[in-house]
Amino acid sequence: MISFNHVTKSYGEEITAIDDVDFTVEQGKIVVLLGPSGCGKTTLLRMVNQLETITKGEIVINGENSKDLDPIELRRKIGYVIQSNGLFPNMTIEENVMLVPDLLGWSKKDKRERFSYLMKLIGLDAKDYGKRYPHELSGGQQQRIGVVRALAADPPVMLMDEPFGALDPIIRDKIQEEFLQIQREVKKTILFVSHDIDEAIKMADKIVLLRDGKIMQFDTPSEMLAHPKNEFVSQFFGKDRAIKGLSLHTVQNLREVIGLGPVDEAIQDTKTIHVHQDLRNTLSMLLNQEADQVIVKDEQDENIGTITIDMVQKYLHYEIKGKMSASQEG
Amino acid sequence: MKRKKLIGNIVRYALYAAVAAFFIWAISNSYFDYIFSQSETFLVLLRQHIVLVLVSSLLAILIAVPAGILITRPKFKKAEWVFSNIANLGQTIPSLAVLALMISILGIGFQTAVFALFIYSILPIFRNTVAGIDSIDKNMIDAAKGMGMKPHQILFRIELPNSAYSILAGIRTAVVLNIGTAALAYVVGAGGLGVWIFTGINLFDNGFLISGAIPVTLLAILADYILRKVEYIVVPKGSRRIEKA
Repeated sequence: MISFNHVTKSYGEEITAIDDVDFTVEQGKIVVLLGPSGCGKTTLLRMVNQLETITKGEIVINGENSKDLDPIELRRKIGYVIQSNGLFPNMTIEENVMLVPDLLGWSKKDKRERFSYLMKLIGLDAKDYGKRYPHELSGGQQQRIGVVRALAADPPVMLMDEPFGALDPIIRDKIQEEFLQIQREVKKTILFVSHDIDEAIKMADKIVLLRDGKIMQFDTPSEMLAHPKNEFVSQFFGKDRAIKGLSLHTVQNLREVIGLGPVDEAIQDTKTIHVHQDLRNTLSMLLNQEADQVIVKDEQDENIGTITIDMVQKYLHYEIKGKMSASQEG
Repeated sequence: MKRKKLIGNIVRYALYAAVAAFFIWAISNSYFDYIFSQSETFLVLLRQHIVLVLVSSLLAILIAVPAGILITRPKFKKAEWVFSNIANLGQTIPSLAVLALMISILGIGFQTAVFALFIYSILPIFRNTVAGIDSIDKNMIDAAKGMGMKPHQILFRIELPNSAYSILAGIRTAVVLNIGTAALAYVVGAGGLGVWIFTGINLFDNGFLISGAIPVTLLAILADYILRKVEYIVVPKGSRRIEKA
């Protein structure tokens, strides 16, 4: 757990970079710091591992005030991932990944075991990749290594500063999925910086939206999309926030609320979609193809029904717009 | 591509031919005879030359590398331009002037020559050390810090290995320059192969000139070759490719 208690950072009298920030990252959850550039999100992240100083207030990590901890000890207990992966070119992949365990004085056997476990997590062969150097890997592989390096000493807390920002959209999407999969297994407490709204919605349990060092709103993604607290928040998420919100809902959610249409066996060339896929993807699929329905398949690959644009619209109306108008009335 | 290769080959073989012609001319005029007829003197001069270069280069490495490391520490970062300018200034003074100045302070002999050569070698080593460390990606240092590496661990495990290529290139430049400049040691009475070169000039004797100059050249080529091998061994495999690019 990471708690920010009225944290402020100012340079001299004039400039306040972080202004009375107060929120908590719960155990095992991902909180995304989101905001336009220069809003202080990276500064806030770097205050946790004392790469930046705190002017006022305190940060409490798992019950300990960060001020009372030795910065070196503290940093070794916190995983740290940065955008340009920060791998060391003079070290092999294994040396890179096992750097913190090495600093902590782990035995050779423990390091070897941990390394093969971590490489298995990201689906790379430990024997093959261990002896290679960073420049021999693709950008996506390097970033994966950057992530498992932060996990190496099994730290309870992780800081991630736009870790997937430098990757192309297709690889980014894949690595985000992969990372969420890993997170389900390792359950770290994660503070994650992003300027990408879609990434934030996808990764976050809760989002902190920042502007000029102040918190604009601290909420779950769906709440923030449905109930923007002020003009800035609703503008930041844009007019299409209802569509963005669709990526938080799956075909299964829709099925539970309004059910699926019948399968017409006569139609042959219709595309299919998995019941666990999100509605945003489903909608774009519907808009991209000429037929007005797609067939929904369940886990056993059985056809269980169909979905149309009208149904998505209906669901959107019930689930998202309904919530929105309720908030405007209240 | 083919044309380029052809021109390259022509230039190369022309060069080989010129070198071969020079040796044939020198040998046919028995210009190398002094090396054999006065081999005892030759060996003394050669040894003096090598000792001059070794002592002054080692001193320069011992001073310039730590100075370069020190100046790149955050604490001293602001003073960097002062030291770089002082080192640059040292290089702009003609080598003969440095020798002449040193005579008035240290007198004539070995120590004066070593000191002048030492002053001359500091700059390339210092500058390459600073440039090598400065060129390391700041994000990499940030990652190292964020992972909980102590300053000395960052220096020895990240900064030095990744700037080894640049530092060694500086040392190589300094040593090769030094071998040539050490011929001037004759002027302050410190011996070395310069003795024969200057004798040759004074007496219009090509034999002395060439018996002194050619070994100096060969020495420089040999030093360059050996130091390149050292580079290959010392520079970590992973950072080698980056330096080439």
